[in-house]
Amino acid sequence: MSYYRALQAEPVTFRGHNGDQGEAYYARPLVSGKYPGIVVIHHLPGWDEWIMEVVRKLAHHGYAAISPHLYFREGTESPDDLGARVRAAGGVADAQIMGDVAGAMAFLRAQSNATGKIGVIGFCSGGRHAYLAACTLPGIDAAVDCWGGNVIVDNPKDLNEKRPVAPIDLSEKLSCPLLGIFGNDDANPTADQVNRTEAVLKRLGKNYEFHRYNGAGHAFFNTARDAYRPEQALDGWKKVFAFFARHLAAAPSRIAAE
Amino acid sequence: MCSYIVEKTALVGSAKGRKGWMRIDTANVYFDHPYHSTLDHVLAIDFTNEGEGGRDRVAIELSADSARALVTRILAALQSGEAAHAGPVSADAVTV
Repeated sequence: MSYYRALQAEPVTFRGHNGDQGEAYYARPLVSGKYPGIVVIHHLPGWDEWIMEVVRKLAHHGYAAISPHLYFREGTESPDDLGARVRAAGGVADAQIMGDVAGAMAFLRAQSNATGKIGVIGFCSGGRHAYLAACTLPGIDAAVDCWGGNVIVDNPKDLNEKRPVAPIDLSEKLSCPLLGIFGNDDANPTADQVNRTEAVLKRLGKNYEFHRYNGAGHAFFNTARDAYRPEQALDGWKKVFAFFARHLAAAPSRIAAE
Repeated sequence: MCSYIVEKTALVGSAKGRKGWMRIDTANVYFDHPYHSTLDHVLAIDFTNEGEGGRDRVAIELSADSARALVTRILAALQSGEAAHAGPVSADAVTV
């Protein structure tokens, strides 16, 4: 594994759904070069400190990473207040989030450091969005769904105007390799739902790779939560970086493996 | 899980937040992932004033057990308090 210790990380503006201009957090190796891009999709509670740590971690491993603030249209208050407002309004429409992810991808492609390869990774509701993006957006080379809930929707009443289609029903359109990371103690997605998702991908002959962890539930990468499971998270991150290296071909390392 | 499930209730009251006291007219209640707590799930309540745009809130994140304990204490306080206030009003109370 290789590392880039000198990074540049900062808030940037990008154009999202409908051309709306919003804020994103962008990090990349400081040394000039060409880097694959990765869009990081945050979880429902909001654009928090941990998701920015993830963006910097990806840059540390040789990627140009960006996390769009999916609630930027709500105002300029703190991300947790904006997240609360979005939740009270029933969440953000899938179409808008896909537009923002596409906008973040366009931002990455427009940078002089871009190789042109783009990955997406999302956590929790963002994992579901990563699955959706891999099935609906053109130009994604690799997608990582970390414990995305509601990919399978068992109760049709859970579908609505904002979330009109269950991602599983779009699986036929999955256009890139998919990595899934799941905790076996998770309540959403349950182990059974993960198995059913895998069965669909297998039946469709899709390029996917699922990893399930015992002793872990939801959000077990998240160091800011009691759910954090260091052993499982370390192995999970290894799987993520191996997957991205394989499909995005990370830039040659500047620093030897440690 | 990130559920989007919110129980909303209208209410009459006040709450003290970043900008001092404010009137509140709504509570959004949910059991889901927190923003600040380290717990996997919390019972969260956002007190807002939707009549004034709902941009400010007073937020709490509680463990499930402490939320249940709080509910019983709220009901107990109401019961004992209302019983006490329904009794004879003292002279001291009148002058306050």
